[in-house]
Amino acid sequence: MASDETILSVEGLHVRFHTLDGIVDAVKGINMHVKAGETVAVVGESGSGKSQTMMAAMRLLASNGEATGTVAYRGANLLTLTKAELNEVRGRKITMIFQEPMTSLDPLYTIGNQLMEPIMRHRNVGAEEARREAIKMLKLVRIPEPERRMKSYPYEMSGGHRQRVMIAMAIANDPDLFLADEPSTALDVTIQAEILNLMADLRKRLGMSMIFITHDLNIVKRIADRVYVMRLGEHPYTKALLAAEPTGHKDPVPKTTPTMLAGTDMRVTFKVGGGLLAGEPIYLKAVDRVSVTLKRGQTIGIVGESGSGKSTLARALLKLLPSEGSIHFDGRHIEKLDPQAMRPLRKQLQIVFQDPFGSLSPRLTAGQIVTEGLLVHEPSISSRERDRRAAQAFTEVGLDPANRNRYPHEFSGGQRQRIAIARAIILKPKVVVLDEPTSALDRQVQKQIVELLRDLQKAHNLSYLFISHDLAVVRAMADHIMVMKDGRMVEQGSPEQIFDHPHEDYTKRLMAAAFVDHAEASA
Amino acid sequence: MLRYVFRRLLTAIPTLFVIVTISFFLIRVAPGGPFNQERGLNPFIKANLNRQFGLDEPLWMQYLNYLNNLLHGNFGPSYNLPDFTVTELFKVGLPVSIQVGTSALILALIIGGILGIVAALRQNKAADYAVIATATAGSTIPTFVIAPIYQLTFATTLALVPVATWGNGALLNKIGPIVTLALPQIAIVARLMRGSMIEALRSHHIRTARALGLSDWSIIVKHALRGALLPIVSYAGPAAAALLTGSIIVETIFQIPGVGRYFVEAALNRDYTLVMGTVVVIALFTIVFNLIVDILYAVVDPRVRYD
Repeated sequence: MASDETILSVEGLHVRFHTLDGIVDAVKGINMHVKAGETVAVVGESGSGKSQTMMAAMRLLASNGEATGTVAYRGANLLTLTKAELNEVRGRKITMIFQEPMTSLDPLYTIGNQLMEPIMRHRNVGAEEARREAIKMLKLVRIPEPERRMKSYPYEMSGGHRQRVMIAMAIANDPDLFLADEPSTALDVTIQAEILNLMADLRKRLGMSMIFITHDLNIVKRIADRVYVMRLGEHPYTKALLAAEPTGHKDPVPKTTPTMLAGTDMRVTFKVGGGLLAGEPIYLKAVDRVSVTLKRGQTIGIVGESGSGKSTLARALLKLLPSEGSIHFDGRHIEKLDPQAMRPLRKQLQIVFQDPFGSLSPRLTAGQIVTEGLLVHEPSISSRERDRRAAQAFTEVGLDPANRNRYPHEFSGGQRQRIAIARAIILKPKVVVLDEPTSALDRQVQKQIVELLRDLQKAHNLSYLFISHDLAVVRAMADHIMVMKDGRMVEQGSPEQIFDHPHEDYTKRLMAAAFVDHAEASA
Repeated sequence: MLRYVFRRLLTAIPTLFVIVTISFFLIRVAPGGPFNQERGLNPFIKANLNRQFGLDEPLWMQYLNYLNNLLHGNFGPSYNLPDFTVTELFKVGLPVSIQVGTSALILALIIGGILGIVAALRQNKAADYAVIATATAGSTIPTFVIAPIYQLTFATTLALVPVATWGNGALLNKIGPIVTLALPQIAIVARLMRGSMIEALRSHHIRTARALGLSDWSIIVKHALRGALLPIVSYAGPAAAALLTGSIIVETIFQIPGVGRYFVEAALNRDYTLVMGTVVVIALFTIVFNLIVDILYAVVDPRVRYD
């Protein structure tokens, strides 16, 4: 497929950011070449500059960023083109999709409107023809009912479908080069596989070159002709990435271990329509008669696609959502407790969220974030004692206590997740809900967080409810697994039962999507 | 949507009722009454006046009478301007205040909006700092300082406009009050616009638009500005209610026959009916403009649905 013609060549590319702390070098003299029809993968952990390389090539750097060197597209240096010349290339010859499918489309315009815009701009065609083209593109990316979907707004579509629309926009003008920055990382495993297959298929059909940024070597194996590894040089780093898959397993707790948190026959119903004057109310059963028993020191992994009710169940168990069914915590029934009566129990029931950035207030320092709970739950302790506890919590999660006065944005994704964990454990909880705590992190950091969580569990005899759609992580963490679908529990058992001998079709499909390359490799 | 508007207007009724009730009794709690004067009125005359206006009846009876009148659209007579009913006072004054207030609001939205957008596009450059500095100054210098400076410069020294007169609302007479009223609003709108525009320009979908090679016009106006308008819309609603019901300072300094001065004067004079009238008018404006804001929200943002 690949010819000898080089269409993109990056030479001596430097990217710098001017920040308040001085100049930060994000990319230090990269060289890279892409030939016509070739698919090149760029791998490396977060912070290695792989995204910034592509952003620099597309002239999409933040306003404090600066790129030097050359990024030549068929001989023209993209870094020095005038804006008008550049906009003849962007969206026409070179296009790009991003890792945030949920926010990369304009929420205020219909899919059709957004698809037609680049077609009309670059091809000089009228609205009618652009509309026909747009529908054709939607068909090409396999969006069902494309005519109807033209009138949909992004918020009416799932993440997977939004990423398909992004792909449709990117290929609409038949580009030479397609840049994809972690296009499937934020999606469910089953959807990920579909998106990757679609992209591989489109690449073949349209004969374009592709640069694929990823931290997932499974994807690299599946899709790339050639790999660039950013950071320490190719060979050793490739090994490190492979080894970074979370490993190990957890032994089950003895049968006689006392129960910490149990929910029996839990039901959570949301009203999704109707109202005072709007006719019959419509209800959605988000959790439908699910029972859970979490013992001291146990880790229950809850898996399932997004929308299967995993998070809702966990939140209901912590009484963060109204629910039906009985909840038992540490020897007493808590389902009838009002918020006032719940308050003293709250410190023992902590939760760590997926998005370490979104769940930390940007206006508080890391130290303030971690000690905020102490102010509420143990207001009597002195500020010096509070400070000592914060330093201890920082050390325990592997952060330097000297960095307590920094703000969240000054930490990396993995460090932010450590702050979120420190915030939970400083209160000495008994149960911690971990809601996709590693999903936004890349593999190497994931592995470190998994190990940290394990150590903390051993040290404090914590009980974990571990929610994730990443089955490799669940397998490494949990000693009991529940599989959820559409609010119901379809299967549960030990990791060996679920992973090696799944009964339900749904579970089998989840496994197939998650471990496809392991299967291929061993076959 | 129509059903939503209807429902919102229905819920305005209890809101108004609560406002009327609280302010009716609050103003009565204040010592004195409409006919207390420095030298003291002949008790016989005062009793006569009180009887004429029904102020000799028990308070709850007065309250019920007032509510009854209100339901018939009758705000009652003004106690201190006995030749006029409250309704007549508003009929004369309200159009003046609305005229000045609307002009000031439109001026503020256009100029403030443009300044804010320019500042956002030139973030941390000279133009941005100039806008921020002016806006900060504009929102800190009080109206009663700006107005006399305007009068001194343009009326007394340059003799381009009259110092303070309304006449029949000739354009020259209106410039002063409109500009004075608009300046602080321009400053606020510019700062709001700058902030929300900077945030909008940083969003992921703007990055998508740039990656697709769309024109600056489309990126700024179509994709960034529309979303950035939402905070402006929410600010403009309550601001409109405040501006359109007049400003005591501006109306006093420029001698404008609007309704802004009624509120303070009536409260000081215990002109109960006029106070109540002003409260009801301001409450109505606030309710209506908040409703308009919510409707505009749905127009700008398709995710907002009320049905």
